[in-house]
Amino acid sequence: MAITNTNSVVASEAKEKLNIKEFVRERPEIPLAVGLLVVFLVGWEMIVRIFDVPIIMVPAPSDVYISLIDNLTSLSFLKHFGVTFSEVVVGFLLGASVGLLLGAFIGQFRLLEKTVYPYIIAIQTVPKVAVAPIIVIWFGFGVESKMVITAMISFFPVLANTIVGLRATPAEQLELLKAYTATRSQIFFKVKVPQALPYIFVGLNVGIVLAVIGAIVGEFVGAQAGLGYLIMQRNFSMDMAGTFAILVVLSAMGITLHTIIQSVQKRVVFWMDANDDNIMGV
Amino acid sequence: MLIKSTALSKIYNSRDGESIHALHDINFSIEDGEFVTIVGPSGCGKSTLLKILIGTLGKTSGSVAVRDQEIVGPNRDLGIVFQAPVLLPWRTILNNVLLPIELQGQDFAKFNQRAIDLLKLVGLEGFKDKYPSELSGGMQQRAGICRALVHDPSLLLMDEPFGALDAMTRENMNLELLRIWSAHRKTVMLVTHSIPEAVFLADRVIVMSARPGRIVEIIDVDLPRPRNLQMINSSSFGQYVAQIRTHFDLSEGID
Repeated sequence: MAITNTNSVVASEAKEKLNIKEFVRERPEIPLAVGLLVVFLVGWEMIVRIFDVPIIMVPAPSDVYISLIDNLTSLSFLKHFGVTFSEVVVGFLLGASVGLLLGAFIGQFRLLEKTVYPYIIAIQTVPKVAVAPIIVIWFGFGVESKMVITAMISFFPVLANTIVGLRATPAEQLELLKAYTATRSQIFFKVKVPQALPYIFVGLNVGIVLAVIGAIVGEFVGAQAGLGYLIMQRNFSMDMAGTFAILVVLSAMGITLHTIIQSVQKRVVFWMDANDDNIMGV
Repeated sequence: MLIKSTALSKIYNSRDGESIHALHDINFSIEDGEFVTIVGPSGCGKSTLLKILIGTLGKTSGSVAVRDQEIVGPNRDLGIVFQAPVLLPWRTILNNVLLPIELQGQDFAKFNQRAIDLLKLVGLEGFKDKYPSELSGGMQQRAGICRALVHDPSLLLMDEPFGALDAMTRENMNLELLRIWSAHRKTVMLVTHSIPEAVFLADRVIVMSARPGRIVEIIDVDLPRPRNLQMINSSSFGQYVAQIRTHFDLSEGID
C-alpha cells in the first residue's frame, strides 16, 4: 500500500504521460481487463453483423445498449426493478439476520452444533429452486414469496460461516482471556465475535449474490412484477435485446450490493486486508 | 512466602490409553519479590507447571498454593506473558494493555494513566494509539509485558517470553525486564530453555529434567544486581551455566 502511495505522489509531479505509464506498471490488470472487454464486445458485434445473426437469436451489443437506454428511461421498467431490488434486499436482510442469530446460538454449544448440523446440511442439499413452487403456493404470487425464497437461499452461507468463524479464535487468545479471569460472555463478545467477523462477511458476500438468484428464480415460478417476470415476458415476445439488457441490470445490481458489503467489511474488519484471501469461507 | 508447591504431580492420559507423567513430585517455594527462572529441555513439563500456577490446568495430586490459598482457578493477582505477544489485532496498544482492567471490571479511568506510564517505561509511549500489526515483534512483546503489569499483580508468570525474538532483541529485553522488575519489585517466575538467560535473570534457577518432568536441582545465583551484559563473560557466570549444563550433557542436550 505504502509503495503505491509514494509512487502515485511521484507520478503526479511528473507529466501526464508518465502518470499513465506508472499506472499501467503498477496495475497492469486494469487496462488488460478493459481491453479484454472491448475485444469481446467488438468481436461479438462483428460476428453478429458479418454472419447476419437474426436479432431474435443473438442481439448485437449495440442493440442491447439501445434497449438498455430505453429501459432505464421507462417508468414501468424502473417499477419492475424496484420490485426485484426490494425482494433481494429484504430477503437477504431477513435470511442473513436469522443465519447470524442462529449461527451465534448454535456456535455457543458444541453439542447442539453436532446435533443439528447434519440436519442443516440435509436441508441445504435440497435445491431451493425445487422448493420455490411450494413457497409460491404458501406465500402467494406477490413479493412475499420471493422474499422468503431469497431469505432461504442467503441464510445458509451466513449461518455456516458464523458457526465456523466463532470456532476460529486462536487457542492462545482463549487461554489469555481465561487466565485473566474472563467470563463466558466476555470471551464471546471480546474475542470470539471479532474473530468471527471476517468469516461472517464471507458469508454475507456469498449470500448477497445468491439473493439475486433467489429473487429471479422466485419470479420465474410465478409473479406479477419484477425483472425475472419481465425476462419471461420478453422471452415470449422474442425480445432478445430486452432480455440481455435485463441481464446487464441484474449483474450491475449484484456487483453494487457486493461492493456495498465489501466497503462495510473494510470499515468493520479494519485490521484485516479485505483483499486478503486468507479467510476461506464455507 | 508467596508460592508453595508440595509433592505436585500431573499425569496426562493420552488417546491410546498411555499415561504420561508430565510432572513428578515437584517441591519448591518462592518468596515475595524473588526472581525465579525455570530451565529445562523440551517436554520437561515447565509449561505444564506454569499452566497449573495460572490456574487453567488442573493438577493430578499434591498441593500448590499462593499465600496458603490452594490454586483452583485463574487468579486476579496474576500477570501473564506468553511466548507470543497475543495482542488482539482490533485493539490499540493502549486498549490491549488495559484488557485485564476491562475483564476484571475495574475502573478504567483509574488505570489509564498507569497503562500510559508502563508504556513509557518500555519506550512505547508514542505507540499507544497504534494497532499491533504496526509494531515489531519485540515491541509487541513489550506491550504484552505492560498488559501483564497493568493491574499491579504481585506475581508475574512468563512462559518463554523472549523465545520468538532474535538474539540481539532478546538481550535488550532481558535488561529491560530486569529494569522493570527493579522498578516494580514483583515476584517473577520465568520459564526459558536458554541456560544463560535463566542464570542472567534469576535469584534462583529451578532446573528441570524430562520423562518424568521433575526438579533436578535448585541453584541460588549469587551475582550482584543490577546485572549487566559484561557479567555474562565473568567466570562465576560461566560456572553457574556449566553447573546447570551438567544435568543435560549426561542425559540429553537442551532442545
